[in-house]
Amino acid sequence: MTENTKWVECMSRISLERDRTAFAAIFDHFGPRVKAFLVKSGSNMSMAEECTQDVMITLWRKADMFDPSRASVATWIFTIARNRRIDLLRKERRPEPEELTWGPEAEPEPEELLGLQQESTQLVAAMATLPDKQRDLIQKAYFGDLTHAEIASETGLPLGTIKSRIRLALERLRHNMKRNEI
Amino acid sequence: MTQINHHLDDALLMGYSAGTLPEAFNLVVASHISMCDECRARLGAFDAVGGAVLEEAGSVTMEMAAADLLDSVGPEKVRPVVSKPTSSIYPQVLMDYIGPDPDQVKWSKLGMGVRQAILKTSSSASVRLLHIPAGCEMPDHGHHGTELTLVLQGAFRDERDRFARGDIEIATEDDHHKPVADESGPCICLAATDAPLHFSGFVQRIAQKWARI
Repeated sequence: MTENTKWVECMSRISLERDRTAFAAIFDHFGPRVKAFLVKSGSNMSMAEECTQDVMITLWRKADMFDPSRASVATWIFTIARNRRIDLLRKERRPEPEELTWGPEAEPEPEELLGLQQESTQLVAAMATLPDKQRDLIQKAYFGDLTHAEIASETGLPLGTIKSRIRLALERLRHNMKRNEI
Repeated sequence: MTQINHHLDDALLMGYSAGTLPEAFNLVVASHISMCDECRARLGAFDAVGGAVLEEAGSVTMEMAAADLLDSVGPEKVRPVVSKPTSSIYPQVLMDYIGPDPDQVKWSKLGMGVRQAILKTSSSASVRLLHIPAGCEMPDHGHHGTELTLVLQGAFRDERDRFARGDIEIATEDDHHKPVADESGPCICLAATDAPLHFSGFVQRIAQKWARI
């Protein structure tokens, strides 16, 4: 089992069994990373601590919304942390498209899930091989240090395959949603 | 989903993913993504970059332990069921800004039959709904910053192309354009800008002061 699928397994145990040990495993790995991410995004220590606690509580409460065919656990946690950062630092609303879920019965195919998780691992590896300058620029953008005009949209990362996988998962999800409406 | 021909660009998707766009732009981006699974998937790829940045962000020790945090969590509130896509022309995220009844949009006159409704967001950029009568020409204007226009109903055409429901036009400093609504019916758009528009005509420049464009 790879690192990423281990976290997916933990999320499923949190969602279905309210498993506190699985939560602790995710908390111990991602908590310090979220806190570091927030500190690098300009938050002070006490706010970063509080905000990370909020992020982890959200993860506990909304575990059933996590979809492993469309995101790794790291990616999902990143989106929660980003939204909390906007709430706290900018005191703004964050308009979001409606969330899509598989509903109580259906779920993604195992190979879809594995493919996406593998792509996410490869993306982390690809980022490590980027020239320093380029990697710095991407990190700066995600730590909130670049304005829209300063963002160079060319990341140098191979994003096409991960996009195609998410696209397929969305198509199956939409199909499933339509079937449920009938 | 409707056939969409004009999409968000990578810079906007990355800015939305990183969380650095002004609220007004976020609203246009989120509205487009509600209608466009292609851009939703592209956003997913940019969010994955965010996930990779998070993995490599280093580590700062937490003061709170996992078990203590769970003990502090109060009884769970029942979450509202995920909202179904609305049948109105306005995606749910936009309804949150308009209010529950789309018939209650507070339109104000902008001249030549064009109406607008400014939506309340943070001040770094502004966003409004525009209602343009069939066949009507919008005043010729240029831009200083970036202007995003998302079509919600009907269609318009300008020097570049035709834009219909779900399509987004991204205009920058270099663009000077004159959109014309299709003859088939009124066109409703959501438009955001991070700098005042610049109208060519003198009368329009005066009117602009009143219309807060």
